[in-house]
Amino acid sequence: MASNKKYWRSIDELDQDNEIVKALEDKEFVTEIPVDDFLGDKKTLETSRTTRRDFLKYVGFSTAAATLASCDGPVVKAIPYVIKPEEITPGEANYYASTIGDGFDFANVLVKTREGRPIKIERNDLSKYNGSVNARVHASVLGLYDKNRLTGPTIDGAEVSWSEFDAVMAQKMNALQGQEVVLLTQTFASPSTEKLIGEFIEKYPNVRHVVYDAVSSSDALDAFQNKYGVRALPDYDFSQAEVIVSVGADFLGDWQGGGYSASYAKSRIPRNGKMSRHIQFEANLSLSGAKADKRVPATPSQQLQILRALAGGSTSGLPEHIADAVMKAKAQLQKAGRRGVLVTGLPSVEAQTIALDFNANSSVMNTTAPRLIRQGSNAEVNSVVNGVLSGSIKGLITVGVDPVYSLPNGAAFAEAYKNLTFSLAFTMRNDATAELAQMVAATPHYLESWGDYQLKAGVYSLSQPTIRPLFNTRQFQDCLLRWTGSSDSYYDYIKNLWNDSILDGKSWNQALHDGYIETNKPAFSTYQASSSGVLVESESDGAISGFQENSGGFELTLYTSVALGDGQQANNPWLQELPDPITRCTWDNYVTISKSDADELGLMNKHVANGGLNGSYVNIKMNDVVIENVPVIVQPGQAKGSLGLALGYGKTAAIQKEMQTGVNAYPLYKNFSTVQNVTLEKASGVHEFASVQMQSTMAGRSEDIIRETTIEIFNTRDKEFFNPVPAVEYDHQFVEVRDQKVDLWAPYDTSIGHHFNMSIDLNACTGCGACVIACHAENNVPVVGKDEVRKFRDMHWLRIDRYYSAGDSYQEEIETSDNLGAFETYHKIETPGYENPQVAFQPVMCQHCNHAPCETVCPVAATSHGRQGQNQMAYNRCVGTRYCANNCPYKVRRFNWFNYSENDEFDYNMNNDLGRMVLNPDVVVRSRGVMEKCSLCIQITQKTILDAKREGREIKDGEFHTACSRACSTGAIVFGDVNDKESEISKLREGDRMFRLLENVGTRPNVMYQMLVKNTSEE
Amino acid sequence: MPRIDQYIITHSMKQVSFINLRSKLPFLLLALMLTFSAAVYAQDEAAEESVEDTSGADIAAGEALFKANCAACHRLDRKSVGPELRGVGQKFDRDWLYKWIQNSQALVRAGDPLAVRLFEEHNRMIMTPFPGLSETDIDNILAYTDQPKAEPQAAATDAAAAASGAGGGAQGGVSNTILLGALALIFLLLVIMLFLVYNTLRRIAVAKGIHVEEEKEKRTPIWKAFIQNQFLVIVTSIVLLFAASYFAFGYLMQIGVDQGYQPVQPIHYSHKIHAGDNGIDCNFCHSGARQGKTAGIPSLNVCMNCHMSISEVSEETATAEYSKEFYDGEIAKLYEAVGWDPNEMAYTKDPKPVKRVRIHNLPDFAYFNHAQHVAVGGVACQTCHGEVEQMEVMEQHATLTMGWCIDCHRETNVALGTNEYYAKIHEELSKKYGVETLTVAEMGGMECAKCHY
Repeated sequence: MASNKKYWRSIDELDQDNEIVKALEDKEFVTEIPVDDFLGDKKTLETSRTTRRDFLKYVGFSTAAATLASCDGPVVKAIPYVIKPEEITPGEANYYASTIGDGFDFANVLVKTREGRPIKIERNDLSKYNGSVNARVHASVLGLYDKNRLTGPTIDGAEVSWSEFDAVMAQKMNALQGQEVVLLTQTFASPSTEKLIGEFIEKYPNVRHVVYDAVSSSDALDAFQNKYGVRALPDYDFSQAEVIVSVGADFLGDWQGGGYSASYAKSRIPRNGKMSRHIQFEANLSLSGAKADKRVPATPSQQLQILRALAGGSTSGLPEHIADAVMKAKAQLQKAGRRGVLVTGLPSVEAQTIALDFNANSSVMNTTAPRLIRQGSNAEVNSVVNGVLSGSIKGLITVGVDPVYSLPNGAAFAEAYKNLTFSLAFTMRNDATAELAQMVAATPHYLESWGDYQLKAGVYSLSQPTIRPLFNTRQFQDCLLRWTGSSDSYYDYIKNLWNDSILDGKSWNQALHDGYIETNKPAFSTYQASSSGVLVESESDGAISGFQENSGGFELTLYTSVALGDGQQANNPWLQELPDPITRCTWDNYVTISKSDADELGLMNKHVANGGLNGSYVNIKMNDVVIENVPVIVQPGQAKGSLGLALGYGKTAAIQKEMQTGVNAYPLYKNFSTVQNVTLEKASGVHEFASVQMQSTMAGRSEDIIRETTIEIFNTRDKEFFNPVPAVEYDHQFVEVRDQKVDLWAPYDTSIGHHFNMSIDLNACTGCGACVIACHAENNVPVVGKDEVRKFRDMHWLRIDRYYSAGDSYQEEIETSDNLGAFETYHKIETPGYENPQVAFQPVMCQHCNHAPCETVCPVAATSHGRQGQNQMAYNRCVGTRYCANNCPYKVRRFNWFNYSENDEFDYNMNNDLGRMVLNPDVVVRSRGVMEKCSLCIQITQKTILDAKREGREIKDGEFHTACSRACSTGAIVFGDVNDKESEISKLREGDRMFRLLENVGTRPNVMYQMLVKNTSEE
Repeated sequence: MPRIDQYIITHSMKQVSFINLRSKLPFLLLALMLTFSAAVYAQDEAAEESVEDTSGADIAAGEALFKANCAACHRLDRKSVGPELRGVGQKFDRDWLYKWIQNSQALVRAGDPLAVRLFEEHNRMIMTPFPGLSETDIDNILAYTDQPKAEPQAAATDAAAAASGAGGGAQGGVSNTILLGALALIFLLLVIMLFLVYNTLRRIAVAKGIHVEEEKEKRTPIWKAFIQNQFLVIVTSIVLLFAASYFAFGYLMQIGVDQGYQPVQPIHYSHKIHAGDNGIDCNFCHSGARQGKTAGIPSLNVCMNCHMSISEVSEETATAEYSKEFYDGEIAKLYEAVGWDPNEMAYTKDPKPVKRVRIHNLPDFAYFNHAQHVAVGGVACQTCHGEVEQMEVMEQHATLTMGWCIDCHRETNVALGTNEYYAKIHEELSKKYGVETLTVAEMGGMECAKCHY
């Protein structure tokens, strides 16, 4: 049978009597147009000095003035190149392979440049191992044009030249001879940088190199180093997995560097009746938990027990339902044998070792070619911090890290840091550390730099500059070369190193073109933490032992959000406005709490009259650390007794006011453990969230929005059973809605030429948001800011809807709904939903209906239908009546309430010359008063067609793409021409899982979905 | 059921043809007047004849040989890659010159002191040997180079040009004013004459005692009669109203239409000389037109490909309006911009990029791609840009309005040719429409989002 679950988008929707929800169901624009404000008050009207006649005069005058003003066109200047670079054709994009490695995100990327300006980041598909090309990587191009970047090196706040800088540096280093100086860096994973640092230390033997990852994976690294002797992280290929059990590991998020969603999605799409089974034990509702077949909420202390039990320990002490789930999971893991995998995100060497041992024989885990993208050691970083605090360390050089901001004891560290004899910060922005540093070296963005990386043993990548440095910057490696007395450029240095020891006779140019190279060479000498601080019994285990004694407080799990990660890109408005996939909140971090705990503490989330979400504040206390006024989100699925809070927010240094959002959670990141014991205390005041979740409701039509079934039903029943075509009544009979005779409109003849369709696989979509950012970058989608988002005026052309549904498992839900009466069903299936809802993600953009309701209501024919299937929107024709948005059943049309470019009220990237450099010149920047929406990236399809025409050839399947389909690493979004019968999209269209959004309305969308299938098998 | 988008209103796209009425009006009047003026001016034709040198060498043949072999490096009057050559025949011994020209390096190697000295003087730049030139050829070339500088000829050309300028009525403002002045004078004379005749007749009448009867009968003046006739007033008002709105609409529709826009550029560039007289293909400089969205204003290094050795125009290039000095000055501006020192023959200075004035400005919301039209559609540049090869100063030829785009898309057939891309689509579409050729519109070239996104 088809899914008869009730989905909801927020808790308020479950309350049938909720006035606000009702109001939202009825109205699209929740705020009344304030006509009464100026027309309702008769007295005001009468006393107004502007009479009707005056008003008409003003109108007449301004019309005439505007007409006159428009008579003379402006003189437009054009400056041709003096010497045109050979590879640039004005108006055509160039692509360069490069690599990002900012210490948190590592990925092989393609950089799209126009006239020498990088404007978009894409995946480098050539590379089989391309890291994690997530939303942050896609948004990283905007960081290049950040107006808060440093423009040159400074000493004691005064700008100096690089030669002066070098001289002062040499002088200070010589003065410090024999005293300890620490080079505290991000993880580089760069062979040449490691070699260079070695040479630097050779010259200054008093320098010690320590790697510091702001969000640490030290426990996993220690465990791996103990077992395999290399400081690295195991690599996983989830496409090989039959059973995946995760204990607190958000492996679809940023767990151990992230980037696993592609291989995970492969195992999740039913093929030959098979798909993997995913069981998740976790406290916060994470992306992985949202995708799991079975999700068991468990506090971190329970998780450790669960992990031990899975590895053979006992389940005593665990609640019965968890113990039961553990036993079943264990049995399934055993049955899967080599194709089972156990991963954990617990910050404990013991836990990580259990998982490593468990997976030792698994074909999913790869330890021979491990990942090298995290190298930090908690013990070593602690020794540095202690050294600085005690004064035994005299000098500190930081590279790509901001310890004053991101250390748990940042404030104390800052005091000690100020008193250092020598402090030097390599940074792109004047961040918290740089503000206090004596010397600040302005570094270029990765798009302006050379670099090499070894993301994984045997896979080497290169990054190359795609624009001349915008400012007077010099990269760290070039500085090291100067300081060690070399006259080489870093480029020469990399090239020589690669030619000598990596390329193995292969072509440098080819490697640079591809952006990566795979060799059989063993792992290049990687950073090894000195043995003193690596062992299991390190301080990092303190936290773990802490969470066994439940002190009546809460167990807090710190996590990194999809949008901001470790917080390096906090000044990026695209990311600030990216809705969190789970809570759908923007511009904020918040503490997530379970419903029952919230009720106990009197904490609430409430939707106010305009649909905006309000929440209580709490103070979080951890021993002597207090974080005040943290907003609260009541999170369905949050394990009782646990809390969640995202790191990376609350930055205040070198970041514009609008983006100083949220609270800094790093002070709670004690001993670099993501799990902490805290107590909560309600604080006064109400926080206004900018959440897009209540924007529009399902209006009771869930069956036509999301479809879900189980693998069993999918394998054994007919398509008509689990995925029937909606039927409507016609001549007293039910007829499939796809039948032409029930259609009001004559069909379009789309059989000739291209007919574009898009398919979105709900099984593969992990809600990661990369497509949203890619769409932003490609289509010049404006950022509107927190206040406007709260009014639901966000401009995202592509949103990822998140639906909750009740029931611990799908099976349970079907049983309940079959056996109970209506009222009881409602009561039953909804109540446990608070505890542990099922989650579905659904990316929704314009559905490009063949019979589009928006087209028929536009009074000026600004939106019309193209024969390639697009619903076209001519902005210059639009007069802004918004009838189309009103008539759109999918609510995908976005209205420009303001001018978002060159408007000081919206001081984001489109309000400064630097930020505007990221705009795509092929797509117009819309102005106030026009409607806009997804165009199926017609500029890209037109370009593909033009290229084929110029070359005089047919277009092959796979050539057509859109920004979102290019960005989707899981392959959930597929785009293509359905008139090509052999194409992938044509096959998907005929597939058993295909359904269309609200198909019964008869809009005949060109976007289709592949229904959700869950593997509910418990055996 | 018909759909609304099939009726997309098109009247607003259509350009009204009287847009140019305002600008054309003076010309119409002028043409009218010109029909009265019977004067015919003949243009002088400055015919040049090949002059035989006294020594019997053929200067014309010499010129041809010079242009074919020497002009790449040598100019007559100024230094280029090699030294200037006017009067070179007199400077050196003729036999030595034969040897030098046929193979200068042989002379240098042989240790000829003069040859070695010259070689050293010119930075050891090796002159290409021309063993193929016979002594007669060299004689001819030298006869050409030894011609004295033709000063008077230029003056004569100038005079001729000035004369023709005065003659061709449509050419300039001065002649128009003279014509109009003359006509006004004649008209004035006629009026005075009429007045004098009337007075004389009247005086005669008075003298003869004939009483000239003044018309005293009071008749309603015609304007009063008109006002009294309501029907006429209404009809006239309606006509006036229509006429006014016709012109107002026409005026409003031409706002933002910059047809004929002809801005002054920072460096004067004559398409007439380059594309017209010298026949340089448009794509040679506007290489982007075949590859991408914009045809592109050529970068200065493209100019320098030729202008590295062309630092001045020939005498014949100059016109009445633009003198040789003017053109040479513009080339000097190019050198200044690109940082080239014509004496040193090297890029020595910092380049100063040129801010050109864009002539063709499409609004941001309209997407236009040159490659689609030029490379795929095979549309000639002149279709949209006019007879560029005739334009001394570039101007906007087309209206660049949407109506203008659409009209062309409606009428133009897609260049199907042997383009594999179109093969399948063409087959299906021609079946559907039952025709062999397809217009751009039939291929979907009139959909909004093909140009607006």
